[in-house]
Amino acid sequence: MPWNLDDSRPIYLQLMEKIQQDIISGTYRPGAKLPSVRELALDAAVNPNTMQKALSELERSGLVYSQRTSGRFITEDESMLKQLKTELAARHIREFFEKMEQLGFPQEETLALVQETVKEES
Amino acid sequence: MKPILECQGLSKQYNNTSCALDNLNLTLERGQIVGLLGPNGSGKTTLIKLINDLLTPTCGNVLIDGSRPGVESKKIVSYLPEHTYLDDSMKISELVTYFADFYENFITERAYTMLSDLGIDKNARLKTLSKGTKEKVQLILVMSRDALLYVLDEPIGGVDPAARDYILQTIINNYNENATILLSTHLIQDIENILDRVIFIRQGHLALNATVDEIRMEQGKSVDTLFREVFRC
Repeated sequence: MPWNLDDSRPIYLQLMEKIQQDIISGTYRPGAKLPSVRELALDAAVNPNTMQKALSELERSGLVYSQRTSGRFITEDESMLKQLKTELAARHIREFFEKMEQLGFPQEETLALVQETVKEES
Repeated sequence: MKPILECQGLSKQYNNTSCALDNLNLTLERGQIVGLLGPNGSGKTTLIKLINDLLTPTCGNVLIDGSRPGVESKKIVSYLPEHTYLDDSMKISELVTYFADFYENFITERAYTMLSDLGIDKNARLKTLSKGTKEKVQLILVMSRDALLYVLDEPIGGVDPAARDYILQTIINNYNENATILLSTHLIQDIENILDRVIFIRQGHLALNATVDEIRMEQGKSVDTLFREVFRC
């Protein structure tokens, strides 16, 4: 199943986000080996060079490291993983607030609505 | 290393009034999948035929791996033409043998793997197959060569979406880091994610030469959307 990519943003960024998501959700455990570029490219149905670029960027950020001959691995640095999780959460929250603002809800009202929903569900 | 394809001031005139290609300058590096895009009659097939020595330039040069098209370039270029040239009374297995005889870099095993993946009977004669299946057979033969430059003229036009996915997978899977694929198509959306770069041509001129992600980054839109805007009728 090709990855779900939208068609307005650079593909390599979306590939990075998907892999980050998979790391946070536990699809790839800390220290685990990532599939090869070609396997990932086939799975995502994207150009291998684009996948290569996404992985190089993840490597630059330190989230992934490569070992010369044996491939690429997920970092075992817990603080880095925690930071990534916080960053992703912050991004989702920002996007949510933006959407609510487009619907005409200022932040305080949005917060009140959130609390209401939490109460109803518990 | 020399670029795999270089066009220098390349022009082709079929008659005195109009130019099919007009002073085209283009360089393709190795290891890329490149989409050749343009509306009908923009010069895509003319360019492809010039690369394959089926036409002679009116002026300018085409260089493949540094040399003019000819016997040597045909060893390293694998070409899927717009129309079939195969003898349709031949069996699929005979066509495979024919290609293996003809091209040193043809990999018979790869061809049979793809034929069986797509459920194509190797004992069938080409003429008994549907239009779409014939197209698949031709593409399989072309992709089974270990070439440096694949030139595919409308490779996925006539095949169903499921087979299209398989063919795109095959392209991702088989192409090696030194090979370049140049393919013309109108089905931009289907192939956009597997392209490195796109080339737009309009009335024989180069209108755009950029990577897919450059376009998305700078324009905030897909190649498909950009194409529809640039070439709006």
